[in-house]
Amino acid sequence: MLAEKYAERIEKVFAKYPTKRSAVMPLLYIAQEEYGYVNLEGIEEVAALCELDPTQVKSIAGFYTMYRERPKGKHWLHICTDLACALRGADQFYEDVLHELKLDHDHDTTDDGMFTVEHVMCLGACDRAPMLQCNFHFHENLDMDKMRDLIAKWRAEKS
Amino acid sequence: MVNVIFREKDIPNIREFDVYVKNGGYDGLKKAVSMKPTEVVDEVKAANLRGRGGAGFPTGVKWSFIPASEPKKYVVVNADESETGTFKDRQIMENNPHQLIEGAMIAAWAIQATAVYIYLRGEYWDIAHDLDKRIADAEKAGFVGNNVLGSGWSCPMYTHLGAGAYICGEESALLESLEGKLGQPRVRPPFPAQKGGGLYAEPTVVNNVETLANAPFILREGAAAFKAMGTEQSTGTKLYCLSGHVNKPGNYEAVMGAITLRQLIFDEQYGGGVPGGKKVKAILPSGGSGPIIPATDEVLDSPLSYEAMQKVGTILGSASIIIMDEDTDITWVAAKVTKFFKHESCGKCTPCREGTYWLDKVLDRIMAGGAQESDIDLINNVAKNMQGVTLCALGDFAANPIIHTIKNFPDDFKKHIGAAPAAVATRGGGARRGAAAPEPSGD
Repeated sequence: MLAEKYAERIEKVFAKYPTKRSAVMPLLYIAQEEYGYVNLEGIEEVAALCELDPTQVKSIAGFYTMYRERPKGKHWLHICTDLACALRGADQFYEDVLHELKLDHDHDTTDDGMFTVEHVMCLGACDRAPMLQCNFHFHENLDMDKMRDLIAKWRAEKS
Repeated sequence: MVNVIFREKDIPNIREFDVYVKNGGYDGLKKAVSMKPTEVVDEVKAANLRGRGGAGFPTGVKWSFIPASEPKKYVVVNADESETGTFKDRQIMENNPHQLIEGAMIAAWAIQATAVYIYLRGEYWDIAHDLDKRIADAEKAGFVGNNVLGSGWSCPMYTHLGAGAYICGEESALLESLEGKLGQPRVRPPFPAQKGGGLYAEPTVVNNVETLANAPFILREGAAAFKAMGTEQSTGTKLYCLSGHVNKPGNYEAVMGAITLRQLIFDEQYGGGVPGGKKVKAILPSGGSGPIIPATDEVLDSPLSYEAMQKVGTILGSASIIIMDEDTDITWVAAKVTKFFKHESCGKCTPCREGTYWLDKVLDRIMAGGAQESDIDLINNVAKNMQGVTLCALGDFAANPIIHTIKNFPDDFKKHIGAAPAAVATRGGGARRGAAAPEPSGD
């Protein structure tokens, strides 16, 4: 249960805002952290905490790119393929990363559950393309050599 | 070179509280708190500081709209920075965060706000967590929170993370998102500054990060010193986000109107030229949302200021300057930018929601080589019907790449008509793909 396990963090979130509803986005991040993605259980718990209907919370989760409502890999990669990055080869980089991980446009998660690869809109790092975000941390000025090193490093990490 | 905002270039560790304070940090806030709030508003008005988020609205005038009689008021910092090609606010928050905190507190004093919220795009996760620590440092020293500088006025400051939605950079959508609702623009009036229109229905000032980071200088050095930089209509310095086909992409600060586009692209201290010595074909001076223009001599020799950019048929906006070399297919650019707006349309207004889908669909057909000449008229017509008929500017932005590509680069469209997809190179530099990118899979 989020309410018990994350009591202190949840209390800090609520202290920021005059309404409980404003806490819905930060609490969805906590739910995603706990369950690996935003599942129904998480939605219902966040709804109870914010005194909202689960349907309202689900609509919020669906609206924003950074909540994922399907299972995802341990390393969640968001590769920017927007215009400024694409002018510096990001489209090809995205394809190469998919290829490296034996994924394609219809299969974004590796069978071992290690990686999910999505391409996203501008991440605010246009001067350091190609780049990606892994579990919300930026990795910039990449090429496939650096990427293979990163993948090897992530694979070697203990859970 | 003058670094009013990027002070880390002169003082490398200015991000640290002690270093910031030692170098005049928070002197602007001290000055402000020694003045009447209305005098602070007048000082910022006199400096003619204009909003750096893109619209260029006079900041002091915006602050003066807040009714003094209301007991609850808010300052909301727009750090949602999501425009394609924009990455300046990020650098301020990473390298000179206290200048933003100080600027936001000056705004808060000027309107006698009861709290400040900094709304960061979700992707700035690490920055938000770092900013929390910086705010705590400022609070310990009495610059934020209870009884600021012994004035009896209290104003806490909080960060709030978005979760990946461009529309939340639009101020009323941002407020909705901060209230825990879908990030969709509101019907106005009431405007955010009015009772009923702001955050939690209270009068609210929404300012961009760069805008607020200018306030400490104005208070510390005075409006006259600020106005001494730049032109009459464009005062102070501006941060330019330079990306695309340049040797040294990055953020550069310069006095408004002091350099031309040519200098920014080619000078060694700025962009350092185009890779391979190629010619510049097109420029997007304000990210994906502003009009794309051909790199004629007239354009390249235009000084970077609000008024000069308008004169050559585009806008300075947020100064997210994307450079495209001579091998770039501008139809591919239009298709790429259209995908962005189709994805980021919030779905509230029909012309934008449906229009972006139609544009994307026809552009895919054009890029795939299966289009007819009438398809160009079709998308031009769809785009024109999206202008001025939506609650926020996203509908207008989404029409821009179509209308201005057809107007300024007609041959780029024509060469796709009846052409096989493989026969058309999409652009120079890096990857070449015939078809436009597929849809994002995550949402």
